[in-house]
Amino acid sequence: MSQYELDARRLLCPMPVIRTQDRVKQLQKGDVLSVTCTDPGVMQDIPAWCRINGHKVLETQSDDYEYIIILEVGE
Amino acid sequence: MSKQIKAVSLISGGLDSMLATKAIMEQGIHVEGINFFTGFCVEGHTHAIRQKDKEKPKRNNSLWVAETLGIKLHIIDIIEEYKDVLINPKHGYGANMNPCLDCKVFMVKKAKQWMEENDFDFIITGEVMGQRPMSQRRETMPIISAESGADDRLVRPLCGQNLPATLPEREGWIKREELFGFSGRGRKPQMALAEQYGLSDYSQPAGGCCFLTDESYSAKLVDLWKARGTKDYELDDVMLLKVGRHIRPNQNFKVIVAREDGEGRFLQGYKNNYINMNCASHRGPLALIDGDPSAEDLYLAAQIVARYGQGRDAEQVDVLVRDLAGNESTLQVKPLAKDKLPKEWFV
Repeated sequence: MSQYELDARRLLCPMPVIRTQDRVKQLQKGDVLSVTCTDPGVMQDIPAWCRINGHKVLETQSDDYEYIIILEVGE
Repeated sequence: MSKQIKAVSLISGGLDSMLATKAIMEQGIHVEGINFFTGFCVEGHTHAIRQKDKEKPKRNNSLWVAETLGIKLHIIDIIEEYKDVLINPKHGYGANMNPCLDCKVFMVKKAKQWMEENDFDFIITGEVMGQRPMSQRRETMPIISAESGADDRLVRPLCGQNLPATLPEREGWIKREELFGFSGRGRKPQMALAEQYGLSDYSQPAGGCCFLTDESYSAKLVDLWKARGTKDYELDDVMLLKVGRHIRPNQNFKVIVAREDGEGRFLQGYKNNYINMNCASHRGPLALIDGDPSAEDLYLAAQIVARYGQGRDAEQVDVLVRDLAGNESTLQVKPLAKDKLPKEWFV
């Protein structure tokens, strides 16, 4: 298992989802990816994308202007 | 053991593509969704930018549809390739800058490419004959099938009974009698089918899902092309046309003024790419300057920016200007009076 980071700041949905999707394609099952965004829509969209595609959201964090989603890559 | 037949469905996030997908799933076909992002998709962008909407973030309807139906969704960035569709539409534009027919042909063509790369068998769309004045007419259905190259592997479950049989019907993969014969702009058959499928919560987008169908947005895009002397754009242009007041006093420059804090924060992300300014002596919005302004133009821009700050009635306002190298200078200006700001300047 390896840990990775993805900077999706300034991007509006669905671009953070697309970037997450493209990054996850390069990772292995069990790898952990932390995605940092500024569009609050990711708090719904990335977890929804994970549920659809069999990945697991481990944690979400947010302050006023940044949103971080940590996910574990599934099958 | 017979091969599992697989279909890829173009999911817009609206009701029709949701029903079309469900109709084929009901026939035992494995379906996965595909959604294309052109840069002009409405999906919550303004909502994401503006401060007043922060408390109730909007869902992405295509993801929501996929989750409701229990299928995978592949979201594909087609921003670069879409430029040629928008700039050179073979079939022209609709009421605004919407190249709907070319867009549909392009998306089905991309879906066909995806289908072949992923060993799927056919393509589904939620098209209904007569539903849309430009892209969903009896005459356009064969054009989309032919020009996309999908030909008879393109199935429109909602109006399939009105069209010639497709390959999946002829091969017995799907039953024609379980397709539908919807036509026209009415929504009642779709709503009844949604009820039959137990789907009670679905998106009903007013005015479509593309900024290019919007008159005001299209006017800004045309203005951008005219000012630059070329029909080209980058994603940042597409995004900035959705944000702020766009004021063009001259062909060589435009002022983009944030209308509220959320837009101001969004424009902050572009400060390194544009000359920008904000009031220093009073509270006021951030503005980006697009184009190639002279010193005189910058002075006028500063007067405009001052007009939208709390110093609008002051005799003098200090406006901080940052150039593209990040160098700062201050202009002392009298805010432009309302009657000096002609409405023709507003794009």
